[in-house]
Amino acid sequence: MSQYVLRRLLIAVPSLLAISLVLFVVLALAPGDPFSELATNPNVPPEVQAALRAKFGLDDPIYLRYLHWLNAMAHGDWGFSFVSRMDVDTLILQRLPATLYVIGSAQILALLIAIPVGVYAATKPYSLFDQIANTLAFVGFSLPTFFTGILFILIFSVTLDWLPFVYSTDIKATGIHWVLEMIRQAIMPVAVLGLFQAASMTRFVRSAMLDVIRLDYVTTARAKGLGQAKVIVKHVMRNAMIPVVTLIALQMPAVFGGAIVTEQIFRIPGIGSLLISSILSNDTPVVMAVTFVFACLVVLFNLIADVLYGWLDPRISLR
Amino acid sequence: MLDKELRSMIGDVKDGRMDRRAFIQRMAAVGLTAPLANQLLSIGGVAMAQSPSPYPPTKRGGGGPLKLLWWQGPTLLNPHFATGTKDQDGSRLFYEPLASWDIDGNLNPILAAEIPSTANGGLAADAKSVTWKIKPGVKWHDGKPLTADDFVFTFEYASDPATAAVSISTYADMTVEKVDDLTIRILFKNPTPFWANAFVGAYGCVIPKHLFAEYKGSKSREAPTNLAPVGTGPYTFVEFKPGDLVRGKLNPDYHMPNRPYFDTIDMKGGGDAVSAARAVIQTGEFDFAWNMQVEDEVLLRLEKGGKGKTIYATGGDIEFIAINFTDPNTEVDGERSSMKTKHPILSDPKVRKALALLVDRESVKKAIYGRAGRTTANYLNGPEKFVSKNTSWEFSIEKASKMLDEAGWKVGADGIREKDGKKLKLLYQTSTNGPRQKTQAIVKQACQKAGIDVELKSVVASVFFSSDVANPDTYSKFYSDIEEFQIPMTQPDPALHMRRYISANVATKENKWQGPNFPRYVNKEYDDAITAAETETDLVKRAALYIKCNDLLWQDTVFIPVMHRLVVDACATSLKPVVSGWANRTDNIQDWYREA
Repeated sequence: MSQYVLRRLLIAVPSLLAISLVLFVVLALAPGDPFSELATNPNVPPEVQAALRAKFGLDDPIYLRYLHWLNAMAHGDWGFSFVSRMDVDTLILQRLPATLYVIGSAQILALLIAIPVGVYAATKPYSLFDQIANTLAFVGFSLPTFFTGILFILIFSVTLDWLPFVYSTDIKATGIHWVLEMIRQAIMPVAVLGLFQAASMTRFVRSAMLDVIRLDYVTTARAKGLGQAKVIVKHVMRNAMIPVVTLIALQMPAVFGGAIVTEQIFRIPGIGSLLISSILSNDTPVVMAVTFVFACLVVLFNLIADVLYGWLDPRISLR
Repeated sequence: MLDKELRSMIGDVKDGRMDRRAFIQRMAAVGLTAPLANQLLSIGGVAMAQSPSPYPPTKRGGGGPLKLLWWQGPTLLNPHFATGTKDQDGSRLFYEPLASWDIDGNLNPILAAEIPSTANGGLAADAKSVTWKIKPGVKWHDGKPLTADDFVFTFEYASDPATAAVSISTYADMTVEKVDDLTIRILFKNPTPFWANAFVGAYGCVIPKHLFAEYKGSKSREAPTNLAPVGTGPYTFVEFKPGDLVRGKLNPDYHMPNRPYFDTIDMKGGGDAVSAARAVIQTGEFDFAWNMQVEDEVLLRLEKGGKGKTIYATGGDIEFIAINFTDPNTEVDGERSSMKTKHPILSDPKVRKALALLVDRESVKKAIYGRAGRTTANYLNGPEKFVSKNTSWEFSIEKASKMLDEAGWKVGADGIREKDGKKLKLLYQTSTNGPRQKTQAIVKQACQKAGIDVELKSVVASVFFSSDVANPDTYSKFYSDIEEFQIPMTQPDPALHMRRYISANVATKENKWQGPNFPRYVNKEYDDAITAAETETDLVKRAALYIKCNDLLWQDTVFIPVMHRLVVDACATSLKPVVSGWANRTDNIQDWYREA
């Protein structure tokens, strides 16, 4: 087992290197300039813009810049933001809590809805419950988050005036009031993201369950006289969860990566909004760091998913 | 009125031989408005009757929180590194200059004890030096006193190329010396009639020597104070999260009486302009939102029965269509739009004039800018004393068609004009931005009716305004026939605004397209007027020279002004902000208060 994990980690190194190279080259070739805002300011002569480019090494050849970056990364230096003139890791760590809280809650909400609804719908296929769940699921994943987000804002903030729609990182309250306020401001973004995720996940859970529920061993279990609940939970679900685990594991990096659109709508200062604003201002070190960390997480969670298979189904051996 | 006569009259007022009112009446008789007459007096060296903005609060603090919403949040808090206005706005909560610009574009003392003038001996007659007196008793947030050393240091810090400060040119061609602990003197290399640039406004913020001294030059980025500012401003620093939040709280030792009014200040970033307007005007979650680049129609709808309103401030920002005087389609020595070429179509002044007739500014205002724009024929739109009255504009497809006929462009079989077998086709580029694409469509429609085939192109803003030498789509390379964008006027003086277009500043491959004269306009008369204006110490004559420059740009149709754009913000009904179109939004933040 540990040998397997070690081997997988070693294989990950060249693939991560390749990913970083591709990312770096794409970003370096992309047009744009982090100092473009200075261009129309008559107070700032163009030489200043050029001097800044030179100072941050933007005029060096690409391979040299990549080697510099790689060397720094190997030493734990994530780079230096052109735009904020501060270290990228501090910038990212500042944004992480909001993203983990909001996106994490949304994922949990999605799971809490998707698994029970999916499982129940699969036990009674084509029943009224199943039909309704299916319809809602289709509606749910057909509506993009930028639409539901604005719809929620118009209903709950503008018309009813129940919830704030600007996320605030420092709530001026302590104790229980702080907790309540944190929950209140997260309701809308979590609902928007969670329901969207839940919709597609419900469909997935349902079909995975349906695949298993018709198998002979399930009939055998029922013939043995086991109760419905026990059959579903212990025999069907455990096997049906294998593909679901893959899906969830691959979505975990997104919890760290943030949700660009939703974060932008609700002004959540998360990784997603950091990424998009850095892309828009051509702050390549930040974009590079965020995307690269994202790539590492995808590789890592793939590995975790594989390890989890072995636990869910002992027949899958890891060698 | 004769220049001489006017000046002798100003002299009379100065010496008390004629009173202000009589002067203004005589000006009115020749068609000059009272504000303009007042301006004439002030530029003639007569002290203005000060009308400070009323500030009713009678005690410091007690105003609760002030919540600002910037849809692009500040990303750094050192005023000398500020790449965009958002950073300047954030820094300005904590740092202060000697003076700020008020609503009318006059100087308003902040850290200065008084505004230098010839009367108080602050301004030298040869315009080569200015002496500022610093207000006594001002303390940095950490308790250390503010002295002349801090100003001298700020100058050394910003003017050191290794620091890589964006304010470097503000402090170029001058030296700053300490006269005594509370007096500094700025010595200019050349006579500088516009002396109020260094230590004024956004780039004028003074930084503390005792905290930055070790971080001058190449070590500038390591300074811990870059992220935790210590200034003299009305609010002291609490917290900063780049792009998300700046927080400050009342400075109990602030140097102005009864200020600031608010106990805490929050500047939240992120999102987009429309939802920012909504958070202020509709739900009232925030008190003030910056830069409402939203169509007027949307704002009007939000304002119906809302908790806030939009406010407007007039500056000199100009949205224009620039004409390329060189040929963008011919390559000479690896360079398109080379100075060795002439534009095959647009070098004919008649075609340029016809194009100007085809820009329907009234429709653009009605359909896009609404209350946030003014139609104008001028490139230079303020302050009032520099605005030309000699220009005019109109929209007429018939006149344009006639002019094109005269120039030899005849309508061909396909409705497009042609001359010597060449079609009248123009490429019109701008940055990607809703209002700009709408303007393009309006202009294209009119051009089509006059028989000009216009091809539209839009480039992402970060590319369009980039100085990337390898990119062909930047505004300064100008590889198109005409292009549209906006140039902001960052201070109430036309010197920098107008200097761009002298022939020495033409953007070429040689200077890596860094010359700011992107239309590649060459006119000796213009060059001479600018040179004369830059050393002209007589302020009336100087204003006349800049008006002449504006008129030359108009006569030669170098620019077709589309809109004189106002600054638009959203503001809670009870909040009384002081926003000048000549400065950053937070430049007078100490005077903001809320009406009970």
